[in-house]
Amino acid sequence: MAETKPILGANHGAAGGGRSSFADTYVMDFEKPVAELERKIAEMRSLATGSGMKSLSVEIDRMEKKAAHMRQEVYRNLSPWQKVQIARHPRRPYTLDYVTRICDSWLELHGDRGFADDHAMVAGMASIGGIDVMLIGHQKGRGTKDNLFRNFAMANPEGYRKALRFMRLAAKFRRPVITLIDTPGAYPGLGAEERGQAEAIARNLYEMARLPVPIVGIVIGEGGSGGALAISVTDEIHILEYAIYSVISPEGCASILYRDAGQAPQAAESLRLTAPDLLKFNIVDGIIAEPSGGAHNDPDVAAANVKAQILTSLDRLIPLPEDRLLAARHKKYEKIGFWLDH
Amino acid sequence: MALEWFKRDRTGLVSQPKKATPDNLWVKCDSCGEIVFSRELEKRLHVCPKCGFHFPVPGDKYVSILTDEGTWEEFDRELHSTDPLGFKDQMKYSDRIAASMKKTGLHEALTTGTCAIGGHPCVMGIMEFAFMGGSVGSVVGEKFARAVDRCLAERRALIVVSRSGGMRMQEGMVSLMQMAKTSVKLVELADAGLPYISLLTNPTTGGTTASFSMLGDVNLAEPGALIGFAGPRVIKQTIGQDLPPGFQRSEFLMEKGFLDRIVPRSEIKSTLETLLTFFMKKEPKAS
Ligand SMILES: [Zn+2]
Repeated sequence: MAETKPILGANHGAAGGGRSSFADTYVMDFEKPVAELERKIAEMRSLATGSGMKSLSVEIDRMEKKAAHMRQEVYRNLSPWQKVQIARHPRRPYTLDYVTRICDSWLELHGDRGFADDHAMVAGMASIGGIDVMLIGHQKGRGTKDNLFRNFAMANPEGYRKALRFMRLAAKFRRPVITLIDTPGAYPGLGAEERGQAEAIARNLYEMARLPVPIVGIVIGEGGSGGALAISVTDEIHILEYAIYSVISPEGCASILYRDAGQAPQAAESLRLTAPDLLKFNIVDGIIAEPSGGAHNDPDVAAANVKAQILTSLDRLIPLPEDRLLAARHKKYEKIGFWLDH
Repeated sequence: MALEWFKRDRTGLVSQPKKATPDNLWVKCDSCGEIVFSRELEKRLHVCPKCGFHFPVPGDKYVSILTDEGTWEEFDRELHSTDPLGFKDQMKYSDRIAASMKKTGLHEALTTGTCAIGGHPCVMGIMEFAFMGGSVGSVVGEKFARAVDRCLAERRALIVVSRSGGMRMQEGMVSLMQMAKTSVKLVELADAGLPYISLLTNPTTGGTTASFSMLGDVNLAEPGALIGFAGPRVIKQTIGQDLPPGFQRSEFLMEKGFLDRIVPRSEIKSTLETLLTFFMKKEPKAS
C-alpha cells in the first residue's frame, strides 16, 4: 500500500518552496518567460560563486527583481482557464501538504465502518493554533502510482460516508470541523452507482446542514461539482486566490454546450469559476491570498495564509450558540440564487 | 453532475410527451414497439398495456392522477429566471429559457402547488423534463424553498415528483448551490415533523438525485426509470465498457437499497394515501 508522501512537506529539503526547486518541471506555458529568466539567474549565480565577481551579484539582484516583477504581472492578468491550470498544477499543495504545515498535531483515522477506507478522502484529529478540530479533505496523489491509490481525489460513496462519520464524531465531542476541498468531482463508476453515490452526497448535504458544530471549508485547488459540495456545506467557506469551484468541469461543459471539448477555455470564462466571481455571487465568503506565483511557488506562505483564515473563522464561530450558528448557516444557503417574482 | 440532456434529447433516450389528438390516434411504444390506441393509453395513465412502459406525461397529468379532485392550487407560478452569469454558449441562456417557456407553457422546470391527497394537506412539486431537461437553477431552488415554507406555515406534507438531468450549468455555481439550499430546507421540514415523499421518475440524474430526490422520508419510483448520479454515457466513457442491462433503473436501485418502493403509475395515489395516513393522522393520545 502506498502512502501519499507530502513531497512538499516541511521536513523535506526541497520543500521550503524555493522557486528553483520545481521551476525546471511542470512549467505552465504562461510561466515560461519567468522560468527562463530564473534559469539564467541560477546560471549566473553559480558563475558568481565560482569567480567571486562582485559586479555579477549586482546584475543578479537586478534580474531577480525583474523576474519577481514579471511573475507578478503574469499572475495579475491570469485568464480563468489559466487559473484552472494552476488549480490543477501537479506541484500545488494538497490536503496533507497543508496538514503538515498548519497542524500542531495530526492523527489520521480511516474508514466508513460500512464498506471500505476511501483513500481519496482523508480525515483526522488535528490541533490548529491550539484548537482541536476534525480535519477532513480530498486527497490528490503525486505521480501515477500515488494518484491511482488516491483515485485522483475522486471519492466513491464510502469516501463521503467516511467524511460524514468523522463529522458526526466531531459533533459528538463538540469539536469544529475543517474541510479542505480539492477534487475533480465524485467518481463516476459502476461501483459508485451501485453503492449510492447520489445518496451519499445528498446525505452529507443534509447532515452538514444540521451539524451542531462550526464548519469551515477551504477550497485549496479544484472544487469539482457535487463531489466538492459534499464536504462544503459550511458556516464559512473561503477559497484560495487561484483555486476554482465549478458546477461542471470546463471540458465537460464545452463538450455538452459547445459540442467541442476544445472550447474549454471559453467555457471556463462562461462558468464564472474563479475566486473573484464566486465572491461576487456569494458562493464563497472570502478569498485567501496566494504567494506570488501561486501556492505551488511557496507552499509555506500559502499554508500560513490558510491557517490564519481558519483561526479567524473559528474565532468568530466558536463563541456562537448552536441555534444561532445553525440559523445563520441556513440563512446563508437560503438566500443564494437570482430570480424575478413577476 | 450537470445535465447531459442535450445529448440525451438527440439520441432519443427520452421522448417528449405524446398527446392524443385526432391526427395522432395511434402511438408506438418506445419500449416494445407495440402500436397502442392513444385513447387506450390515456385511460391507462400513459402506461403501455403490453409491456408496462411508463410514457413521460406533462406535469398537469400528475396533478390529475395524484391529487384529490379540485384541490390543486398552484403558487409562485410567475417566478422566473434571470441570467446572473450572462451565460452564452451557442445560444443565449435567456433565449433557451424563452424557448422552454414557449414549448411547455411553464415559467420554470418546477411547478408547485397546494393540494389534498386522500384528504391530507400537501404541497406538491412537479418537475418538467421538457423545460431545459428539468435542470435545477435558482428558480427551481427558490420554488422548492417556498414550497417547504408553505408546508411549515400550514402543516402540510411535501411530495416532489422528480425528473431532471441535474444542475443547470448556465447558472454555474449558483445552480450547484441549490443542492445545498434544498437540503437545508428539508432539514427545516424534518425539524417540524412533517413528511417528505420523493417520487423519482424517468430520468432523474446528477445533482438532483444527489440532493432532494434521494432525501425522502420515503423514496418511491416509477418502474423502469433511469435514476443515478453520473449519466450512463459518462460512466461508460470512464470504465470503457458497456453497462450491464438494467443498470441505474428503478429495479436496480431498489435492489441496492436506495428506493423504498417501486410503484406503477396507477398505484401511486393509493400508496401516497397510505404513507400520509401513517405519517399525518392524529392518533388519540394514550392515557
Ligand atoms: Zn410497450
